[in-house]
Amino acid sequence: MPRFYETSTVFNYSWDQVAQGFWKRYPNPNSKHVLTEDTVHREIRCGQLFTKRLLSKTNSIPKWAERFYTAKHVNIVEESIVDPKNKVLITYTRNLGYAKVMSVTEKVVYKESEEHPGKTVALRSAWIDSQVKGFSRAICAFGYERFKKNCHKMVGGFDHVLSNLFPLQHTIPSPQATVTAASKLKDAAKNASELAKSKAAPIYASLHPNQS
Amino acid sequence: MDSIGEACSDLKKQYDACFNSWFSEHFLKGNTNDSMCAPMFKVYQQCVKKAMKEHKIDFHEVEKDLLGTSEERQPPKNGK
Repeated sequence: MPRFYETSTVFNYSWDQVAQGFWKRYPNPNSKHVLTEDTVHREIRCGQLFTKRLLSKTNSIPKWAERFYTAKHVNIVEESIVDPKNKVLITYTRNLGYAKVMSVTEKVVYKESEEHPGKTVALRSAWIDSQVKGFSRAICAFGYERFKKNCHKMVGGFDHVLSNLFPLQHTIPSPQATVTAASKLKDAAKNASELAKSKAAPIYASLHPNQS
Repeated sequence: MDSIGEACSDLKKQYDACFNSWFSEHFLKGNTNDSMCAPMFKVYQQCVKKAMKEHKIDFHEVEKDLLGTSEERQPPKNGK
């Protein structure tokens, strides 16, 4: 049984910016393990951009797993589809070779955030699988924990690249967004204080039954 | 980033620069004509495919489409 992991992240950049940054996300301070990056296939189908990239990375594994996994490097294939009309970018990444020992497949869907206009949400799913008899459970557990830990680094690295590409937006939010955010905050505060008052009255009453 | 083939890195960087400007200036603006960088891509591909062969990378395995096909992995049904 493969282990499944799912998490979502909001990037403080528009979808167009995230899509542009996606192709430039290596190198970044968190990507020292990524050694090479190549585009090996690219075509347009029905207005969408289909790409395959080949990445090679260093492969850090625990001592006990070295008997299954002798390669120092691992090759990764990253398929992606960019749909500019609906503003959706989907990536699908898997390791090449050693797939029976441990396969890690990751899918990320980047789209405009409905809750936060002007921002982009990334929904990341991962499947970690192993078919080594007697060790698959341990290998999956290791792969799962390593993936979870690396997620944070991947997001941080991508965010770093985006802040370099689009620095203005990072420091000076557009006035419109500020106004909306401020008024939303005000509304939220008002609602919260009203809610607190309405809740407080009966609590106070129940604590002091004789006084009310 | 470098290419997997040392000899291809310059070709790769030239192509990437072309692609990135095409992506921002044309593709995201609704123009799906991708001929702009095609000559550069062709030369770069010849180089990188040779390098992949030298690295004994299974080309068939790389070219396989999974995303958007029935072979694509699906989230478990019970949500865990």
